[in-house]
Amino acid sequence: MAMLSRAASSAARRPLLPPPRLLAVRAMASSLFGHVEPAPKDPILGVTEAFLADPSSDKVNVGVGAYRDDNGQPVVLSCVREAERRIAGNLNMEYLPMGGSVKMIEESLKLAYGEDSDFIKDKRIAAVQALSGTGACRLFADFQKRFLPDSQIYIPTPTWSNHHNIWRDAQVPQKTFTYYHPESRGLDFSGLMNEIKNAPDGSFFLLHACAHNPTGVDPTEEQWREISHQFKVKKHFPFFDMAYQGFASGDPERDAKAIRIFLEDGHQIGCAQSYAKNMGLYGQRAGCLSILCEDEMQAVAVKSQLQQIARPMYSNPPVHGALVVSIILSDPELKSLWLKEVKGMADRIIGMRKALKENLEKLGSPLSWDHITNQIGMFCYSGMTPEQVDRLTNEYHIYMTRNGRISMAGVTTGNVGYLANAIHEVTKPN
Amino acid sequence: MAPANVRAAQAQAPSADRRLSTLVGHLLPSSPRRAAADTSATSTLESFPTMASQGSSVFAALEQAPEDPILGVTVAYNKDPSPVKVNLGVGAYRTEEGKPLVLNVVRRAEQMLINNPSRVKEYLPITGLAEFNKLSAKLIFGADSPAIQENRVATVQCLSGTGSLRVGGEFLARHYHERTIYIPQPTWGNHPKVFTLSGLNVRSYRYYDPATCSLHFEGLLEDLGSAPSGSIVLLHACAHNPTGVDPTIEQWEQIRQLMRSKSLLPFFDSAYQGFASGSLDKDAQSVRMFVADGGELLMAQSYAKNMGLYGERVGALSIVCKSADVAVRVESQLKLVIRPMYSNPPLHGASIVATILRDSEMFNEWTLELKAMADRIINMRQQLFNALKSRGTPGDWSHIIKQIGMFTFTGLNSEQVAFMRQEYHIYMTSDGRISMAGLSMRTVPHLADAIHAAVTQLK
Repeated sequence: MAMLSRAASSAARRPLLPPPRLLAVRAMASSLFGHVEPAPKDPILGVTEAFLADPSSDKVNVGVGAYRDDNGQPVVLSCVREAERRIAGNLNMEYLPMGGSVKMIEESLKLAYGEDSDFIKDKRIAAVQALSGTGACRLFADFQKRFLPDSQIYIPTPTWSNHHNIWRDAQVPQKTFTYYHPESRGLDFSGLMNEIKNAPDGSFFLLHACAHNPTGVDPTEEQWREISHQFKVKKHFPFFDMAYQGFASGDPERDAKAIRIFLEDGHQIGCAQSYAKNMGLYGQRAGCLSILCEDEMQAVAVKSQLQQIARPMYSNPPVHGALVVSIILSDPELKSLWLKEVKGMADRIIGMRKALKENLEKLGSPLSWDHITNQIGMFCYSGMTPEQVDRLTNEYHIYMTRNGRISMAGVTTGNVGYLANAIHEVTKPN
Repeated sequence: MAPANVRAAQAQAPSADRRLSTLVGHLLPSSPRRAAADTSATSTLESFPTMASQGSSVFAALEQAPEDPILGVTVAYNKDPSPVKVNLGVGAYRTEEGKPLVLNVVRRAEQMLINNPSRVKEYLPITGLAEFNKLSAKLIFGADSPAIQENRVATVQCLSGTGSLRVGGEFLARHYHERTIYIPQPTWGNHPKVFTLSGLNVRSYRYYDPATCSLHFEGLLEDLGSAPSGSIVLLHACAHNPTGVDPTIEQWEQIRQLMRSKSLLPFFDSAYQGFASGSLDKDAQSVRMFVADGGELLMAQSYAKNMGLYGERVGALSIVCKSADVAVRVESQLKLVIRPMYSNPPLHGASIVATILRDSEMFNEWTLELKAMADRIINMRQQLFNALKSRGTPGDWSHIIKQIGMFTFTGLNSEQVAFMRQEYHIYMTSDGRISMAGLSMRTVPHLADAIHAAVTQLK
């Protein structure tokens, strides 16, 4: 009875987690973790694993979530190499403050909010360094749970799969809202606006600032203005996940336009920044979480509480990636080089989108492929069905997730023709 | 007549206990204050179930968090203009000149990595750098460990010791049949928060005896002996923080026997392997005793102190299981804890560690530099003890040389600590904890003068 009572109590405290398996534990008393089930395979990881196991010389990996050059190789930016050269042998490895590198935060806020932002001057932004974009989202989700415990998070359909995991583990209730329009492979703007209007006042919305993952579909500037206006009417709170600033279009200012529109309209916002893609710092885990507050006093309070969430999670954030970011963004020459290099990456992806569409059209595909070039960023939601994707894999050794998402980073001038031909073969009417 | 420091230390215990209880109460969901706050929030928002705030600002009701006491010591130290000030609150190693130290072998490893044009910045797996994980398990358990030979260890890279504790805590909250973790009294200030936020119930067991400034072994055995079967027990592998008091090998053996007979699950926190005594193997002995008996345990490792990689955030969590099959399943579930927290761990520091641990020449250089750090701290302990003895300072100060690692629980009370700050510009936390790393040959006499004055003037 006591055991059951404790189990019930535990379940109540953490309702989203499965209660202890008491019978299984008793049956397997010799092994404390014998009852632990294998976790389901990560689908994206599975794609890459299958790709690596394929012996075919024709194989193409368009499941990968990281940038590749035109030879299909990972890239380390020159500005990053130079920043690292300046770090090695010259700096110590002391703990950063709980909130992270002050310099990196300063430069990150300028990048997101604007070089001459009044919000920065007025010290209205509470910001902490985070473990890339994921860490920023998780800190915000935990913050939301702790300080706005009755709030929910509205998450677009579809979205990056980890978003659901993050807010679930933070125990914030989730709702979804309409975003992608499968029939047109674009934005379901009227559906989106209806959801914003129908959500209770003061709701929390997760918005991708640019280069929506996994669809590549973004609102236009005019649409963002209408969204911002409707948010104002409803007093909703926008939390922007900005993982691709600069990497999406090649212009960091243009990619931050949605955020700037909301700021011009007087919203308070949250923002998760990642330097994984736009600086190629993937494994160095450099990111920033910022929350625009009402005034400096509130920003100080919010930041202090964010630090209290980070401390029992990892104490303080990793120093190396933060140093790289702050050196690049604060040195005019390196920043100029970075802007050139990030544009180079964006341009290559845009070029591959054009090439893929042109190849498909040359092959006489009767379908419309305008969405390939209308979409933006690393990913293209092709519209192919899971069965078509399976055929691509089995017959042509082309690897992507079954939702039809193509990572444009995996497309090269060397394989785009082959890819187009395969897509045409599996999509053409019989 | 009991020595002055003994009486002072006795006064310390209730205060420390109250602080810990207050902290735990503050963080537990069952706390009356939190419950009241929840009720208030609910009633305020009941008309609008998801409305963030009825005020003009979403965060208008949010209060500023309390200042971190250890950080407060350093802030106060930095503001003090006195040329004789000493910072004994710092939680990182310092040289004789009071400077941070980057080990030479770390510099070399970092230079090698950065000069290698074929190295990229790709995402690590969720579990981290595979080679680093293997080498970390070998370092703590021993290369010949049967648990490793039999593939019964699941190891994942985490953000230093804190991240390892947090991932381990969340894993246990989801997959272990008991939700209670016993932590020593006192313990590192972050432990209660880490485990509470992981979803575990935090209780404590007696560890430090203020009367003797040493281990309260009988109390420890009593408390663990009465813990419910299956409870989790947090153990500092060596160099206990903040007291510096460790069990002897004979005591560890009794602890092991008791815990195994009561089916208590050990969760080791090893933040100081090699840094405590200068010997990696000696400092891992307590852990290896538990692994040798074939039982299960969790192990959190940090490379912050022993490699000086503080800000690089390098650590590992290992779970020793009953079989290789269980270890595979455990690792798969650890990924589901980690991915929503930060996706995958930072690359740079783990690469440095792997570079050093895999190369026998660099490994040897590391052990020499590690021993030098440990020896300097041991030397500081001896010098401080000698200085107090030569001043005829009242009381038994032998605990200063018996305690091990970075920290010493002096036995000074909060009034004495405040006096030393005011009159001698000595900065330490109010529980009387000294970071021995902040001492140097130049500052020992000044500290001894301060302690002598505090003890003789504030009886």
